[in-house]
Amino acid sequence: MRTTGVIPSRPKRRLWFGSGIGRLNYRHKQRLFIYGGLLIPLLYFVVIRILPILYSFNVSFREWGMLSPDKPFVGFDNYATLLSDSLFLKSLVNTGIYVVVGVPAQLIAGLIVALLLQQVVKLRGLFRTAYFIPYVTSVVAVSWVFRWLLMKNGIVNALFIELGLGPQSFLYSPSQAIFWIIAVMVWQNIGFQMLIFLAGLQNIPKLYYEAAAIDGATGWQRFVHITIPLLNPVMLLSVVMASIGFLQSFTQVLNMTGGGPLDSTISVVLHIFNLAFKSFDMGLASAATVILFAIIFMLTLIQLKVLGSRFQQE
Amino acid sequence: MSRSAALADTRTTLRWKRSGSLISYILLTLGFGLMVFPFLWMISTSFKTLDEIYSLSLIPSRVTWDNYAAIFQGTPFPRWMLNSLYVAVIATVSVCVFDSITGYILAKFTFWGKQVIFVLILSTLMVPTEMLIIPWYLVSSSFNGMDTYWGILFPGLISGFGIFLMKQFMESLPSELLDAARIDGMGEWGIFLRIAVPLVRPAFATLCILTFLGSWNSFIWPLIITQSEEMFTIPVGMAFFSSEAKDSSNWVQIMTGATLSVLPLIVLFLCFQKQIIRGIATTGLK
Repeated sequence: MRTTGVIPSRPKRRLWFGSGIGRLNYRHKQRLFIYGGLLIPLLYFVVIRILPILYSFNVSFREWGMLSPDKPFVGFDNYATLLSDSLFLKSLVNTGIYVVVGVPAQLIAGLIVALLLQQVVKLRGLFRTAYFIPYVTSVVAVSWVFRWLLMKNGIVNALFIELGLGPQSFLYSPSQAIFWIIAVMVWQNIGFQMLIFLAGLQNIPKLYYEAAAIDGATGWQRFVHITIPLLNPVMLLSVVMASIGFLQSFTQVLNMTGGGPLDSTISVVLHIFNLAFKSFDMGLASAATVILFAIIFMLTLIQLKVLGSRFQQE
Repeated sequence: MSRSAALADTRTTLRWKRSGSLISYILLTLGFGLMVFPFLWMISTSFKTLDEIYSLSLIPSRVTWDNYAAIFQGTPFPRWMLNSLYVAVIATVSVCVFDSITGYILAKFTFWGKQVIFVLILSTLMVPTEMLIIPWYLVSSSFNGMDTYWGILFPGLISGFGIFLMKQFMESLPSELLDAARIDGMGEWGIFLRIAVPLVRPAFATLCILTFLGSWNSFIWPLIITQSEEMFTIPVGMAFFSSEAKDSSNWVQIMTGATLSVLPLIVLFLCFQKQIIRGIATTGLK
């Protein structure tokens, strides 16, 4: 695809500031457009996205309360405090659970729905819409709806009692709560995941399946040796995106359990939030943010390496 | 293979195919119920009277609009809806303007520094919002931007995701068309506004909807930057409102609030399904 720049340039004129803009060389006008157009967005990104990161690092190395004007440099103290704080470590463990359980659950659920959708023809549009609607709704609202559904005397327990399973404590149980939160997160994301997989599945040429069928491959073999490998790039993208998402769990946790019961659901971001806006300890909060960022960064790199190289081999 | 055996074979295959689809239909319908039921229950609860909320019937025996009246008259919900709308509209307009220009330039021009700029924008996508909220908060409070519309808006005015969406759509524009306009003497801005923009209208539709949805549903930053009740956006208001209502066990109120939060978006989605789904599928593959 040709981009511009191939137009023969006119000889440069001497009258730079001659008789107004109309006298400007064509190339100059184009450059003005390019850099002028990019100026605001670039400035915006540097100020809003890049500089704050540096600022964040800075704050993490200081003792930063909101009341004293003094922000003394304390080196790695904040980091040391965090790493010996059992609540922070608990939040790391919980967040790990969110990722390790949530990501596969979301991917598998999305893949199953996408595969099922491929088999049906008639009501495909209706199903696709229904599965996707949860994704466009407010996470806060959904959190509260499920909180209501999962009440001790709520509808889900009523159904359980009808079915003969005992009543559960759902969000009130320190061992169960986190998994119910993950279930709600997956519930809301299934539609999105399904779409991504549908697009990926559609890119696999039917030819391959037909050829394999002629060669006598069973449905399962076709799935394992054609579908999975060819979905690899989509899979990789999904794993990375889902991991980053689950690592930053916040809204559902805050609205469904507030981090309890007994800190069994608190996530790193929620902990950062509490540190920054309940205890107003910005230094600690920033240090935790940096740690989280480092985790996200490393995890992404690892995933790109491991899953990416598998694709190269195929 | 004899003819009758071949026919029998085909029939068996078809029967397999049909039963395969049948299982799919059944499973999908079960899943459909799972997806839809929470919303139905939410709406149903919002129409119930207080004494009925723990009953197990989906359809209330007495439908009441009282809860909605109470929410509109007794709480700042209408104000919150206006706030959300205001913020979402401005964010959408800003994103459409700036992201399209940037995407266009990145798609259709080569220039010094292009790689660097590209990587820069890409890297902003890698930085999660959660990492930026503390610096944003600190800067906002020192600039008196707390609890203002500007404060809520500024992080979302230009989006890297939108730039890439636009870039992808713009790349498919025929360069010959643009060059022809140049030879005819049209200025760059004119080319952008009068040729490029109209040709990528579907991209604008997608970008608008996605930005609007994202803005409406955003939670953590508006939660931090707003302090007075009247500046809350809907998600923030709902969280605040619900934690208070829960203490008085007024779940009907909470469900009514939830329904109000959710319904506009569902309606919007049903109208613009095609654009939304296409936008996500396109960028997802990139």
